[in-house]
Amino acid sequence: MISLGRAVRLAINAEGERAYPDECCGVMLGSIGEAGDRRVTAIIGVENAREDGERYHRFVIEPEDFMRAEAEARRMGLDVLGFYHSHPDHPAEPSDYDREHAMPFYSYVIVSVEEGTASELTSWELAADRSEFFRMSCGE
Amino acid sequence: MPVTILIPTALRAFTDGRSEVQARGATAGEAIAAFADDYPDIRRHLYDDSGVLRSFINVYLGETNIKNLEGAGTPVKDGDILMLVPAIAGGTSEAE
Repeated sequence: MISLGRAVRLAINAEGERAYPDECCGVMLGSIGEAGDRRVTAIIGVENAREDGERYHRFVIEPEDFMRAEAEARRMGLDVLGFYHSHPDHPAEPSDYDREHAMPFYSYVIVSVEEGTASELTSWELAADRSEFFRMSCGE
Repeated sequence: MPVTILIPTALRAFTDGRSEVQARGATAGEAIAAFADDYPDIRRHLYDDSGVLRSFINVYLGETNIKNLEGAGTPVKDGDILMLVPAIAGGTSEAE
């Protein structure tokens, strides 16, 4: 279970719409409860570092941006819980490319942006054997 | 004295919760390989099916990405600190 909260959800939607027809991406910060439930309380938008002509279907968060986000999380007393990105004119489902490049533990939030308007938003976690993504319940 | 490898949060489930481990090797590549031998469940997350370090796994020697040094062949010495840092990538099912 991951809770995004209305403000975070709206912010991710807005980033997806702003980046359209390219993909947006960013880091989700928050905390993990004793029962393993995750609550995202802040996001850090990151410039999609893929080259021109590829950003419409690919994103990358460079390791330097990742380290900066980790430092910011520590400063705020939070953890890096995962990452979000948009799928312009594609479903909010992880692709094989997403799976091949994913890490365990993290939550991967995907927002579908259809013709410039954010629609479905989903959250996923990678199986320990990397064979598949599990869809996680995504609440307010 | 071996080198120290700093483990990102995402991979600590495979290192018994340890945030840093010790590994021996004359190069960064050897040290990471020795680390993967010690914690075999982590191997699939570091290396692809052909045994090459995954493209999104970055190794920093101090503050420098070894890609900007000599790659996996970057020499390391006792007491050096290697940090594993993922680049986060993804995208739609549309092929490149």
